[in-house]
Formats: sequence, structure tokens, C-alpha cells
Amino acid sequence: MHGDMAMLLLADSRLPAGGHAHSGGAEEAVRVGAITGPEDLARFLRGRLATAGVVTAALAAAACEVGSNPQPGRWQRLDAEADARISSPAQREASRTQGRLLVRTTRRIWPSESLETLAQAVPDGAHHPVALGAAAAAAGCEPRQAALAAAYTSVTAPATAAVRLLGLDPVLVHRLLADLAPALNDAAHEACVIQADDWSDLPAHAAPALDLLAEQHLRTEVRLFVS
Amino acid sequence: MSANHEDHHHAPDGHGRALRLGIGGPVGSGKTALVAALCRSLGPSLRLGVVTNDIYTTEDADFLRRAGVIDADRILAVQTGCCPHTAIRDDIAANIDAVETLEERFGPLDLVIVESGGDNLTATFSRGLADRQIFVLDVSGGDKVPRKGGPGVTAADLLVVNKTDLAPMVGADLTVMSRDAAKVRDGKPVLFTSIREDKGAHSVAEWVVGIVDTWQHQHAHTV
Repeated sequence: MHGDMAMLLLADSRLPAGGHAHSGGAEEAVRVGAITGPEDLARFLRGRLATAGVVTAALAAAACEVGSNPQPGRWQRLDAEADARISSPAQREASRTQGRLLVRTTRRIWPSESLETLAQAVPDGAHHPVALGAAAAAAGCEPRQAALAAAYTSVTAPATAAVRLLGLDPVLVHRLLADLAPALNDAAHEACVIQADDWSDLPAHAAPALDLLAEQHLRTEVRLFVS
Repeated sequence: MSANHEDHHHAPDGHGRALRLGIGGPVGSGKTALVAALCRSLGPSLRLGVVTNDIYTTEDADFLRRAGVIDADRILAVQTGCCPHTAIRDDIAANIDAVETLEERFGPLDLVIVESGGDNLTATFSRGLADRQIFVLDVSGGDKVPRKGGPGVTAADLLVVNKTDLAPMVGADLTVMSRDAAKVRDGKPVLFTSIREDKGAHSVAEWVVGIVDTWQHQHAHTV
């Protein structure tokens, strides 16, 4: 199959699936002064990749594996595993919204049993990494490619948001992203270690600061981003 | 693999669904006022839904809800992450989701209006989102704007030039605007309004009724 090409499309911020309106907590971090410039942003991205990024990569890899043998019950169980790993209700909502839009978009690009069964099993919107893994399977990706795309978008979304909100030098911010290459590889590697149906062992790193930012963001009156 | 799967999640042919009307234009030109006016004029005869694309808050949606021109539940607000333009042209997923949510909840509907966030003269709606589009200018932006063109001014199905009541105060020549618009728009219609004075924007409402009639005639359910 054409997994590499599909991975590039899925990781591209231009994929028309609503991702441009999510900042991954960066908008609120900017508002409260936790991100003021490139140094803060680099720390934020590194922390996000090591926590939410690894979890989302692992869920996407598991979903990609399910996508090769999709059954409604397996989708529902994996979606519940994702739910259990996202403690902030605001983040759960944002994740489901992005997942719903991703399925809407990708089932038109890569019509498949993987995405149809997921849409039927979780009609209100599967969590974003589950949808991403299902789409990756539909497009012909391996679990590792799904994990890479998930980990990558977990840092590119907040990086782009910070460029827009703070007027940071976009070249400098891309250098920060390039510096994350080894960490991104590690995240994808960690994500693919567990490949059985016993998903209780999937990574479950918590990021309380991201949870708090997401909850505060929802209560902030002036918001440009959904999350 | 795609041969066995029809693309039935999107209805480009429009059978059995509402006409989707995009309303775009620069900040402050009167887009939200026009949406409110159309709801006032068309609400009694058409089944409506409204999607707003606010730049910061849910201000436009709140304005419409307060105005009481349409049932508050029939207005959905979409956030656009600093890029109102992206949400109506390049990545329309959230807007399509909102439109379909309204149709599922309240359908069948006759007309869903999608109001863009205030943007520049290059803003246009994707054909995947809007079946028809209106671009709204106002005279206080300067009477040179129609001559400058841009995709919104030249390509919209209807160009509305609003706030004609201010023309004498800002030194805008409506004749010049009308002549320039006709030149760049290749015969497509232009309407001049003062929504402050005509709270129902009746000339625009009449145009909308026309396109809804045509749409329903062309896309009636035949099965």
C-alpha cells in the first residue's frame, strides 16, 4: 500500500478536518503567560510530546491495528481506553469533536470498512487518536506510521497556534520542531510496544497542567481557538 | 477500494437538503445585520438555520439570539482559530458539521445561512460549503472598493453595498460604486441597502427567496 504518502497527508496541517481551530492548550498558555517566547514554547512542546503526545500515538497505533480487523466492539473498547486517559472534560470534548470531523473527512478520502465500522460504533465522534488510527489503517499505513502522525500533530498544532498568537518567527519555531525529531521517534517507538488486545497496558501519562489549561480555556471569554 | 463505496456523506447535488447560503465580507460591513434582517423577512415563510463564524467570542451568535429574530437553538457558532478565511474555504469541516447538525436537529430546512468571520476582499466560500454566496461591502470602506475587485467582489452571486445612508457623510459616490461593480461582475447582481433604515433588507430577501425557489425546483426529491 501507500502508507508513506498517506502518513504525510494525515500529518499535514492542511488536511481539511478542522485541526486548524485547535491549539492544544497553547492559546490558554499564552493568555496566562506560560508561553511568552521560543524558550517557553520549546519546553511546552517537549512536555506535551512526552505526555499527551505519547498517549495519543499509542492509541493511534492501537487503532490502526484494529482498523485492519475492525469490529464494533473493539472500536468501543479502544475508545473507552482513550476516554479513560483524558481526564479533563474540556479535552475529552475537543478530542471527540476533532475525531468526528476527522472521520467525516477521511471516510470520503479513503472509503473503507475501518472508518465505516468506527462511525457506526461511536456515532457521536470517536476520540481523535482513535479516528486518526482508523483513517491511517484505511489509507494503508502501518501502526508506526499512525503513531508518528499522531505524535507529530500533537506538537505542530500548538506550535502553529503560538506563531499566530505571539507573532513568533515561524522559521525559529520550525527549528524547535525539527529539534524534536529524536523525541518524536522515541514516542512512536514507545507507542508501538504494546500491540495486543490488552490495552490496559497502553501508556497513560498524565499532564495535569494541560488539563488545567484546557479547563480554564473553556471558561475564558475571548477565545480564537476551540481548544 | 473506493469503487464499492459511494460518497454519500456529502450531497453535492443537493437533493433533499436546504440551500446553503454563505455571507462574507469585511469586518463591520453589516454581515450580521444582514443575517438578522433576512431572518426577520424570511422567518415567517422559510425554515431557517444559521451558522456564525465568530473571530473571538460568540458575539455574532449572541447578537442574533438577543435580536430574537430566530429561535436561539437554530444558531450554531463555529470557532476559527485566528483564520476565519480557512474555515470557509480551505478547511470547511467544522462548518459542514454545524450545517448538518442543524439539518439533523430541525430538518427539513429550506435555507441555512453561513456567516463568515469578518475578513478581507479575497475571502470566498468553498463550493463544498456554500451553494450560493453574498459578499457585503459598505460605503464607508471607500467607493474605490468595487473597482479593486478581489474574488469576493467579483465572484459572489450577489454583491450587497450596505450603509448607503452614510454615503453623503463619507463622500462615497454610489454611482461610481454601481458602475465599477457592474464592470468587474460581468452582469451579476448588485443591491444597495441601508439595513439601519430597512430592517428587513427587503430587496436582498427577495433575491434570496428567488434562489431558494430555484434551488427547490431543481433539487426536489424525486424518489
